[in-house]
Amino acid sequence: MKRRDFLKSVTGIAAGAMVPAPAIWSSARADARSETLLVVTEGGPNNLDIHGVGTNRPGYEASWNCYDRLISHETKTLPDGTLSYDRDKFKPELAEDMSVGDMSVTFKLKKKAKFHDGTPVTANDVKWSLDRSVSVGGFPTVQMKAGSLVNKEQFVVVDDNTVRIDFAKKDRLTIPDLAVIVPGIYNSALLKSKASEKDPWALDYTKSNTAGSGAYKVTSWKPGVEVVYERHDDWVGGKMPQLKKVIWRTIPSQGNRRALMERGDADISFDLSSKDTSEMKKEGKLVIISNPIGNGMYSVELNVKSPPFDNDKVRRAVAYALPYQKIMDAAMFGLANPLFGGASNTVTDIAWPAKTGYVNDMAKAKALMAESGVSGIDTTVSFDLGAGDICEPIAVLVQESLGQIGIKTAINKVPGANWRSEMAKKSMPLMVNFFSGWLDYPEYFFFWCYSGQNAIFNTPSYVNPDMDALIDGARAAAAVGDKEKYSRNVEGFISKAYDDVPRIPLFQPFLNVGTQKNISGYVYWFHRQLDYRSIVKA
Amino acid sequence: MLTIAKRLVTVIPTLIGVVIVTFLLTRVLPGDPAVYFAGPAATPQSIAEIRQTLGLDRPLPDQFAHYVNDLAHGNFGNSLSTGRPVATEISSRLPASAELTLLGLFLAIVIAVPLGIFAAVKQGSLIDHLCRIVATAGVSLPVFFTGLLLVYIFYFKLGWSPAPIGRLDAFATTPPDITGFYLIDSLVTGNFETFRASLSQLILPAATLAIFSLAPITRMTRASMLAVLASDFVRTARASGLDTRTVIITYAFRNAMLPVITTLGMVFSFLLGANVLVEKVFAWPGIGSFAVEALIASDFAPVQGFVLTMAVMYVVLNLTIDILYGIIDPRLRLEA
Repeated sequence: MKRRDFLKSVTGIAAGAMVPAPAIWSSARADARSETLLVVTEGGPNNLDIHGVGTNRPGYEASWNCYDRLISHETKTLPDGTLSYDRDKFKPELAEDMSVGDMSVTFKLKKKAKFHDGTPVTANDVKWSLDRSVSVGGFPTVQMKAGSLVNKEQFVVVDDNTVRIDFAKKDRLTIPDLAVIVPGIYNSALLKSKASEKDPWALDYTKSNTAGSGAYKVTSWKPGVEVVYERHDDWVGGKMPQLKKVIWRTIPSQGNRRALMERGDADISFDLSSKDTSEMKKEGKLVIISNPIGNGMYSVELNVKSPPFDNDKVRRAVAYALPYQKIMDAAMFGLANPLFGGASNTVTDIAWPAKTGYVNDMAKAKALMAESGVSGIDTTVSFDLGAGDICEPIAVLVQESLGQIGIKTAINKVPGANWRSEMAKKSMPLMVNFFSGWLDYPEYFFFWCYSGQNAIFNTPSYVNPDMDALIDGARAAAAVGDKEKYSRNVEGFISKAYDDVPRIPLFQPFLNVGTQKNISGYVYWFHRQLDYRSIVKA
Repeated sequence: MLTIAKRLVTVIPTLIGVVIVTFLLTRVLPGDPAVYFAGPAATPQSIAEIRQTLGLDRPLPDQFAHYVNDLAHGNFGNSLSTGRPVATEISSRLPASAELTLLGLFLAIVIAVPLGIFAAVKQGSLIDHLCRIVATAGVSLPVFFTGLLLVYIFYFKLGWSPAPIGRLDAFATTPPDITGFYLIDSLVTGNFETFRASLSQLILPAATLAIFSLAPITRMTRASMLAVLASDFVRTARASGLDTRTVIITYAFRNAMLPVITTLGMVFSFLLGANVLVEKVFAWPGIGSFAVEALIASDFAPVQGFVLTMAVMYVVLNLTIDILYGIIDPRLRLEA
């Protein structure tokens, strides 16, 4: 008897504990909730500083919101009513004035700009920060190089409030490169006090502390659990954000993120899968926003350095054999822009990404294989398991269709951690891969993916002097503003890429976000992370 | 005391072996952390820079010597994926996993042991069949499936349980870090709201673990009780006229407890490391998911720290069980 009573009472306590607290525990709590944003994603940052060693993409989000840059982009409204950054219009963020000279650009800083600790932002901070970005090595330095920002000597302090950046050469990408996440402005006085001989740039300190002047500062970071931001009330970089507090929680389970959103317990679920997006759009309980990822595409890549794919007829045969529409439907549930079935492989405008002229034509594929004289191919198709929910259906369909033209493929699933090293080895014969460039210009994409420098992203190992001439021609023309020469070269390199086809474009994927109906102000950014500064909670 | 000291001595070679094996294993696994941490736009040069910064270019014996030296100073290295010292990570995540596992185990014992005893006492009856069904169902349903099912029913459909958002709701305050167990820390500081909040977050994941670990405990209890109930001394006790309750609890169960305790020990250590899936479903910042994430990111130090911690814990657990044996059964005390 006694035991049963005990069990009953325990069950009673447990049931009582399960009842969640009422939404209004007290009026203070209610106010706090309306000014706090709760964001849920699959993973969180491993470092709050983009300059850190091995910072992952969620870490970029922390850097973006906590540090200012000299300039940023304006916002534009897209045809479907959603907001996006405007690639071509810059606006001052930390600088109040930008004057572009022939071989330099001069910035006047906003006089009231303050760091999170209250100290004013000066030109010395800007120089120290830009020096840091080109000196720390790794990804940030490579990114700065993409805009020809290479040497510390390029950054000159003119006076307390003025900074001049000298160009190493004329490059159209220099100014846009100053608006990406990497050249953030750091509190140099604070960081110099935290630096040491082994760590001159205080990377250890900024890994878990934000030392910027941005709209938000990180007040608490539990790796793998949550990041808590609070608003910097002295922010001068733009319109003061509405939200005083942002809580970013890591919820690994996709189903639970969806459950949280549908029950109204989270405000924003960022980077939804295509399956969830298409289903949630139909249900209509939440606001679902999809944006095509700029300068980005999923493609099937063929290693052109060694047989069998060094034979261009074989590559074209593969391009005609792929079941493009089926691939888009299986991998993306239709939430992508097709990059196949265009008028022709020779493009007539500079819109990028562009459609190829390839379609699913088995007869043509078989004819090309016969012409090539190569038969009995046995190879592997590799993909990044980290992007498995998109890449795996594609790999299966590729395997099935190539089997019909006499190319036997085995599927090789490469774990996420190994994908970079496999790419660096340049030994995979056939891959399903994704690339997207922050600077939304075709010559930027081609510079990384098709040029003779044979960078890690040139996975087909495609080296062709004619292609290099076209890419360099385009960059040079952009630098001096020669529109006619630029168009000629861009159309030239796109057409050549599609004709030689070391890389078969499939589709341009969408970035999907789910928000509650009372949330507005979401802006799509090139870096594909969430910007809290524009979000409004009604 | 002497027996304990003797047992500890036998433990040392085990630990040395574990240290060597884990070190070698993680170096042999594929995946070059330097490429991973050089980032998306890496050149071979920046990869080489990273490799040097992280100390991965020194020869293996060098790396091992450094590692052992660090261990001796309590330095488990730094986690590359979270950026904090491994010792800090483990000391913050182990209580999270332990709290969950202990509560789950407690729930399991409270249900499974009485169920097992009843099933043995009333062999062949409805209770016995129920025990069999519960055991089979609990162990055959994958633990993440049970977790997701509970979330779907109790949170999504009924709204009884709070959001599976981790150890504590986003808007609640964390109790001060005394033991790392939120339940204990909030009670000790008198913060009843936090106590209620953390208990409500614990119920579903603990229930998931309990359902999964019911099976071995209940079956072992039943089997052990059956064997004991058939023995001579129980016959004598019954014949002497002692009432049923005294016979079952005081005499039979006490003798049947030994295998049950062994099972409990095994289940506990298994649950502690292997409840990764439950941690993933409930966004629990536990040690299992931490280790798996580190492994996937080719992050050596946490994996080594995790295996070492688990090995040490298992050794301590075995020692505790041996001591418990001695307390329960005096015959075993004399043997050792």
